[in-house]
Amino acid sequence: MLDLTNRPDLVIVADWIKPDSRVLDLGCGDGALLSHLAHHKRVNGYGLDLEDKYIPRCIHAGINIIQMDLDRGLAEFADNSFDYVVLSLTLQAMRHPEKLLEDMLRVGREGIVTFPNFGHWRARVQLGIFGSMPFTKTLPNTWYNTPNIHLCTLKDFEFLCKTLNIHILEHQAVDSEHRSNPGLKLFPNLLGEIALYRFERG
Amino acid sequence: MPDSIPPDSVGLVTPTTHHFQDPLKLSGGETLPDYELVYETYGKLNASGSNALLVCHALSSNHHAAGYYDPADKKPGWWENIVGPGKTINTDRFFVVCCNNLGGCFGSTGPSTIHPLTGKPYGPDFPIVTVRDWVISQARLADVLGIDTWAAVIGGSLGGMQVLQWSMDYPDRLRHAIVIAASSKLTAQNIAFNEVARQAIRSDPDFHDGHYYENGTEPQRGLRIARMLGHITYLSDDIMGEKFGRDLRDGKIGFDYSVDFQVESYLRYQADSFVGNFDANTYLLMTKALDYFDPAGHTQGNLSKALAPASCEFMVMSFTSDWRFSPERSQEIVKALHDNSLNVSYAEIQASHGHDAFLMKIPQYLNVFSAYMHRIEQEID
Repeated sequence: MLDLTNRPDLVIVADWIKPDSRVLDLGCGDGALLSHLAHHKRVNGYGLDLEDKYIPRCIHAGINIIQMDLDRGLAEFADNSFDYVVLSLTLQAMRHPEKLLEDMLRVGREGIVTFPNFGHWRARVQLGIFGSMPFTKTLPNTWYNTPNIHLCTLKDFEFLCKTLNIHILEHQAVDSEHRSNPGLKLFPNLLGEIALYRFERG
Repeated sequence: MPDSIPPDSVGLVTPTTHHFQDPLKLSGGETLPDYELVYETYGKLNASGSNALLVCHALSSNHHAAGYYDPADKKPGWWENIVGPGKTINTDRFFVVCCNNLGGCFGSTGPSTIHPLTGKPYGPDFPIVTVRDWVISQARLADVLGIDTWAAVIGGSLGGMQVLQWSMDYPDRLRHAIVIAASSKLTAQNIAFNEVARQAIRSDPDFHDGHYYENGTEPQRGLRIARMLGHITYLSDDIMGEKFGRDLRDGKIGFDYSVDFQVESYLRYQADSFVGNFDANTYLLMTKALDYFDPAGHTQGNLSKALAPASCEFMVMSFTSDWRFSPERSQEIVKALHDNSLNVSYAEIQASHGHDAFLMKIPQYLNVFSAYMHRIEQEID
């Protein structure tokens, strides 16, 4: 079984998911989340990823993996076929994040996304004071060579949810060590490095 | 010829023939009163019978999936890259069975077999058999071998179609299905290629409406063209460019109709090595079996419905440059499987080799395939 030591954000996501549910994990990587859920919560489902290196790893971990490009959308998945559709640290790399969010709620009862917060104070200082694109632990790419083409802040994400009539059920912001603290709860958009949201159709 | 048989080969193998007395009612309505299947096995069946794998062959291959008949053999079995001790399909752990399908020309009952009543080869009178008929005959072979449930049924191309059929027709008799470079049905373009191949054979003056055996002839010209055409479609434009480009065989063009380019020479070589080893009537029959395969034909075109009886776990693989059985065809299969909430994994392997990639040692292909075989291995006792 793969553990979630390196991905504490997924520990929070795993906590949100009820036992015996069906999960579609978009951008599942090495299958750590599904593997964890399968062993601890009898969860079944599929992981989707495009990267070659993850396919044998997921198979090895006993995870169902389907190799596909998420930018193709989820058209091949039937309406309401999953309890949860998870998208962790991938939203910002999608060509059409808004379409994918809608697709997630077509295919699943609930959606869960996590993404790096572009409104974090370090990013703001780097851009606002020093005038250069942020380069941080959670945003470790140069502007010219990054998969992250649609970065947003917590505020931006919540505004999009409102526009798309998506109802946020639960949210949390954590630091780069994926920990929470009282300050983070007070100023999530300023202090949160990673944002986590659970939502449903409004 | 290998200097010596490589240590990761199953080594010298001997085929076995089984005579089946039970009549087999075929999809086309006819009945084979009795028939023979020739098969090979590699590895040892364990005490609980849980380590048996069935390998299904494609259009022009046969039961000789691995190993050598003789140390002097130029070539080993057709899936030597995959099947052997310590290989992806590890014969140290698994008991592997591969049979020549009915209608074949390598020892199983087919058009070139002597008809018991007439004393002459069946020829064109041999009934067209379908993928479904093959699977029934393979299930009977499993009975003979004392195999109740296959750990996995595995096949590429037309072999992958047999795997799909197994999962639908005998859901309790396999735990895993490995479907490689396959399709749930042929496209019009694919059927068209098959028809050109058949016309090449049937219009050869030596064909004699399929009764060529009695005339001591063989429609070699037709079969050669059919094979050349097939070969072009099994490769990709890229791999042909890479292998041959516009290379000239003799360094200059000849301004005549002999071989100028290397690719022509290659096609002629492929054709040469095919005729004499393959029966034209079998080629016709096998292409028909391909054309007719369409499990969703009984469910108003709904493949998800057709696959509803399946209960095993699936591994589906396709190759990016395969235009004869393209990744889209595999994606359709995968969709139908997850529509049924079945366990399925799917890998789209980057490869320039075209359809023939499923026979090759492509690192990502071997990684994925081996990972899945390892998973199956964990379950056997």
